Amino acid sequence: MDILVCVKSVLDYEAPIRLLENQCGVDSRLMKSVINPYDEIAVEEAVRLKESGHAHEVVAVTIGPKKAQSQLRHAMAMGVDRGILVVCEGYVDSDLAARALAVVCAQEACDLILMGKQAVDSNANQTGQLLAAKLNIPQACFASKIDVNRGFAIVEREVDGGVETVKVTLPAVITADLKLNSPRRPDLGSIIKAKKRLLKIVGIDDLGIDIKAKTKIIRMIPPSWQRRGQQLQSVQELVNVLRQEANVI
Amino acid sequence: MGNLLVFLEHEQGSLSKSSLSLFSAAKMLRSAWKKDTMIGTCFGQGSEAAASNALDYGFDLCLFSEQSVFDRYLSIPYSLGLLQICKEEGCDVVLGAASSTGKDLFPRVALGLSAGLASDIVEINDDGSLRRFMYSGNVLADMEVCSQCRVVTIRSSAFPAADKKRINGDKREIRLVVETSGKSEVVSFTRSQNGRPDLLSAERIVSGGRGLGSIEDFEGQIFPLADEIGAAIGASRAAVDSGFAPNDWQVGLTGKIVSPELYIGVGISGAVQHLTGIRDAKIIVAINDDEEAPIFKVSDYGLVGNLFDIVPELVKELKGSVETKAVNMD
Repeated sequence: MDILVCVKSVLDYEAPIRLLENQCGVDSRLMKSVINPYDEIAVEEAVRLKESGHAHEVVAVTIGPKKAQSQLRHAMAMGVDRGILVVCEGYVDSDLAARALAVVCAQEACDLILMGKQAVDSNANQTGQLLAAKLNIPQACFASKIDVNRGFAIVEREVDGGVETVKVTLPAVITADLKLNSPRRPDLGSIIKAKKRLLKIVGIDDLGIDIKAKTKIIRMIPPSWQRRGQQLQSVQELVNVLRQEANVI
Repeated sequence: MGNLLVFLEHEQGSLSKSSLSLFSAAKMLRSAWKKDTMIGTCFGQGSEAAASNALDYGFDLCLFSEQSVFDRYLSIPYSLGLLQICKEEGCDVVLGAASSTGKDLFPRVALGLSAGLASDIVEINDDGSLRRFMYSGNVLADMEVCSQCRVVTIRSSAFPAADKKRINGDKREIRLVVETSGKSEVVSFTRSQNGRPDLLSAERIVSGGRGLGSIEDFEGQIFPLADEIGAAIGASRAAVDSGFAPNDWQVGLTGKIVSPELYIGVGISGAVQHLTGIRDAKIIVAINDDEEAPIFKVSDYGLVGNLFDIVPELVKELKGSVETKAVNMD
């Protein structure tokens, strides 16, 4: 079985986000890029499936700017065999990403496609499902446990109100939730070895797809949090306001 | 001009809590985007009853199908069903909730319609653009969907519940040509939070953070307080990462987005990704020993002090009073 794992390069989510003055986007000039944390979980799962003998080859793919090579190298340092970068310097929405990934999937003929349930920049939670639909294969989203068997996978999904277990035939798209695993930190040796692995670079124009996005961001603003922010002095006072003023107890 | 299709979730005929918000959002969207007819639809056992209930909220038409292929939610048959309705009823806008079902389902619908999808919308602006959170809650973005067909999911807690207003709408059974693909099936479902309310629908939530310090103290402080007021239990990402609470209790952008009447955060400092998850709570109470904790700025009421003194006292003070309310609620 071969696995394709899709990763996205995102701005460091632990650093503060600053907006550009024209409100058209985020000021990324001083920020470093990292692998989307949910995708990192997907990479870890793919590598574990290889280590346990379930997968033969693990390939990582990303759609993004040229510098997103670093995130592919990170995936390789975690144990991915080779990488594919589809270069697109412009705005890529989930739909465009999925259509580009579908071309790569067709070329790679993989049995399992893994990725994070969402990216921490767009927060869209769409790409995996769009890709499954485009390829006309089943999906299992928000996975907290994956058991791969011959020709199918049993997946535990984190859904509203509980955990749902589904069986999907392969090929399928599975998207990772936080609980699936804790990704490894690659050591120096793995990082050096990863530099020698094959990284193919193609342009998004070469995929033969319409590269127009279906969505457009008009402006970005900082959220406001308007609350009364009243400091109370005692538990008694709190109980009183909750009972009488707020009427929630 | 096309019609607006609204997908309604229900459990054995009773509409989900998100439906009431969906009705409000549907009306806003219809007027912002000048859609003709507002059509509701629901699938599965009990969907006829759910369709009847939905008519009370101003739909022109409610379509339902109790075909057995819809007994359990699965993305392939449900998306094919919605696509067929769009074609037959001339719908070029599809709206649903950004629930776990909605998140799973609507991308497949969007792809089938060659439509752009705006997910987890918190506001419909007057100019027809849609507002949503990005960058883990640090940014609000206004966006447009440029394709001819458009699909939208809403964060239901961000929209008001609709009032009943019946017009001369009708319900109709439909027969959808959807075969079981055999490619996926539901094996089982395990409900979480034994005996306590579900986080997503809870009226009250007590959440614990890293300030609890250990799993024993998390259970020793948070559980009695939650049970005293009949609350669901939540946790911050930090508490989950520290192993104080299971992952599915996590409240925040990467966990559950909640909208209770009362949210009590204990020992939670208030990372933005957590605050995003509680933004729609009616009343937020923060208990923390650090008066500089960011959560105080976004709370309605704050108590600075040692939580190990405050929480037991709060449990004691609340004893009795809430039982009366619990009886009333029955």
